Amino acid sequence: MTSDAPVRGIDSPHLLEVRDLATRFSTADGYVQAVDGVSFHIDEGETLGLVGESGCGKSVTSLSVMRLIPNPPGEITSGSVIFEGVDLQKISEREMRRVRGGSIGMIFQEPMTSLNPVLTVGRQITEALELHLDLKGTAARNRAVEILARVGLPDPARRFDDYPHQLSGGQRQRVMIAMAISCNPRLLIADEATTALDVTIQAQILELLQELCDELKMALLIITHNLGVVARYAQRVAVMYAGKIIESGMADQIYASPRHPYTKGLLSSVPRLDATSGGRLTSIEGEIPDLANLPEGCAFAPRCRWAVDRCRIESPLLTSENGDHTAACWEQDRVALDATSGLRSS
Amino acid sequence: MLGAGPSCPGRNVRTAIILNSESRTSSEGNVGDGPTLSVRDLKVHFPINSGFLIRRQTAAVKAVDGVSFDIAPGETLGLVGESGSGKTTTGRAILQLQRPTAGSVEFRGVELTGVPAKKMRPFRSEMQIIFQDPYGSLNPRMSAGRIVEEPLTVHGLGGDKNERRDRVAELLERVGMNPSMMGRYPHEFSGGQRQRIGIARALAGEPSFIVCDEPVSALDVSIQAQILNLLSDLQAEFNISYLFIAHDLSVVRHISDRVAVMYLGKIMELASSPELYENPMHPYTRALMSAVPIPDPVLERQRERIVLSGDMPSPINPPSGCVFRTRCPIATQECAEVLPELSDRGDRHQVACIKV
Repeated sequence: MTSDAPVRGIDSPHLLEVRDLATRFSTADGYVQAVDGVSFHIDEGETLGLVGESGCGKSVTSLSVMRLIPNPPGEITSGSVIFEGVDLQKISEREMRRVRGGSIGMIFQEPMTSLNPVLTVGRQITEALELHLDLKGTAARNRAVEILARVGLPDPARRFDDYPHQLSGGQRQRVMIAMAISCNPRLLIADEATTALDVTIQAQILELLQELCDELKMALLIITHNLGVVARYAQRVAVMYAGKIIESGMADQIYASPRHPYTKGLLSSVPRLDATSGGRLTSIEGEIPDLANLPEGCAFAPRCRWAVDRCRIESPLLTSENGDHTAACWEQDRVALDATSGLRSS
Repeated sequence: MLGAGPSCPGRNVRTAIILNSESRTSSEGNVGDGPTLSVRDLKVHFPINSGFLIRRQTAAVKAVDGVSFDIAPGETLGLVGESGSGKTTTGRAILQLQRPTAGSVEFRGVELTGVPAKKMRPFRSEMQIIFQDPYGSLNPRMSAGRIVEEPLTVHGLGGDKNERRDRVAELLERVGMNPSMMGRYPHEFSGGQRQRIGIARALAGEPSFIVCDEPVSALDVSIQAQILNLLSDLQAEFNISYLFIAHDLSVVRHISDRVAVMYLGKIMELASSPELYENPMHPYTRALMSAVPIPDPVLERQRERIVLSGDMPSPINPPSGCVFRTRCPIATQECAEVLPELSDRGDRHQVACIKV
């Protein structure tokens, strides 16, 4: 906060721009660098998919953006988060509270634990309306019922007085969405928002999110491990591995011609609904690395079949070969051209 | 029936069961090259009791309500459905871990439903289960080696202590683990490694049938593929039949020869895997498939989407007639009155719907 860099009026062409974000946690085994120099941006009304497996740092990234990392043990060590020209890392906690649930909404994976069990669902929405829009009493109630109706909760006027445990998983997630959109956010962060739901309910919720984004001109950050969900809803994709973004670009480019061995491996290791059965999947050998004990050089090198000596010494930076499509791999040209474990034809 | 400590591990158990089954006459007379497993009209109803002083059954949760299928030797039958559809209860009822309310389960021609718990022992090694949660299904106070050894001891397989140890090492190696890890405890392993230990434990009994209950759904995508490949390899090597229970339709398509789709305790559609996925007939199957996104943005933009409204109804009070009719896009009044039977539409493609 003492730095000379401006806090407000920063010139950024994007709605949200994250620059070189780093977050670490202090553990018994020393520091764990959960997010290690992550940069990405989201434009107005755009949907970005942040994909990766467990422990890759995708949730910590979104929590760092929202300044929700508990300190201690967590600590944001560097980077800036510029949202609508304001550096969110530098503003006061009081101002940050106006951003959370105000211009940035957030939906979490577990609707049961993210909702307050002792408050009615209506109260949880009117609370946000009071704080951010200064709506009170009947006005707040009417607006909350309107929002609950918009997110497709059946019989919203009666459901207003229900408690979270009286709703099904899908209905709870609708309430979460209602809370998140109640103050007309410019950006909605959905962190594994549909992972705990059944496929048919997952489809309902994702379709709803997409409709709302179109209608309210909201940008959407989808954080998920599901490559299918990202393919269906995101225009751009960033893939994370061991705390870093290792590939990013337009969804069409990434899925059709991945340049990083990890992205390539992920895409060929998921069974697809449209692929004929039987045969072997091309799996990525080995295990996800321990963040407290990362290898030298590229973190993916021990599992990579394209790795050369350089990969084990020097960590590759995100470089761009054609415009928007960037990958952090020394051997990306060789990887991109190698068709042997690429995508199965669709 | 089981000799203690046979020198040729395991094989005699299988022989014993085959002899046993041949001595009985199966109702369908298909001992020998018949199906490994034959399930007929299986029902599992959980009673709901109420009343303060005089408690009596007032309702029942119809978790499984009239399910029938066969599984051939070396075949994988995939069982898909959403949570609460009764797929796990079906698996447990087949293994008699949950006694069925009605119906029959024949394993290699032997009816299991009436067999008392003690007499189930010899079948327990032949019929195994792999659980979803690799964290909850391994005893945290037992080393990996002891976990895999336990079935050998219990079923009197694997000879003396040294022979059993060698067998455990062999099993661990077969599932892709380093036998030197035998002395480690479950918390020292990753999710994928724990699932491998669970598979080694199942293999120890030399099973001919394994219920795989969501074996990969708790694992990361890159680890999922490793475990699926391992399961396919083991099946090819040991000619094991699988009942593969999962909610992920893509995984089920990949691993299954035939697939059954369950909804609210009933089978809606059953066909060979290519047939079901290329030509889904039941409106539920069609909706389920359209809900699964494919990792290909270009293809996704062209796909038809059927978004079902509402949630699955309660199995305590399922809808009359067809249980799916409350969410079905093509349901009519007739669907509330007629109970649809699973009927063959040619090429062993069975569908329970009066509208298609």
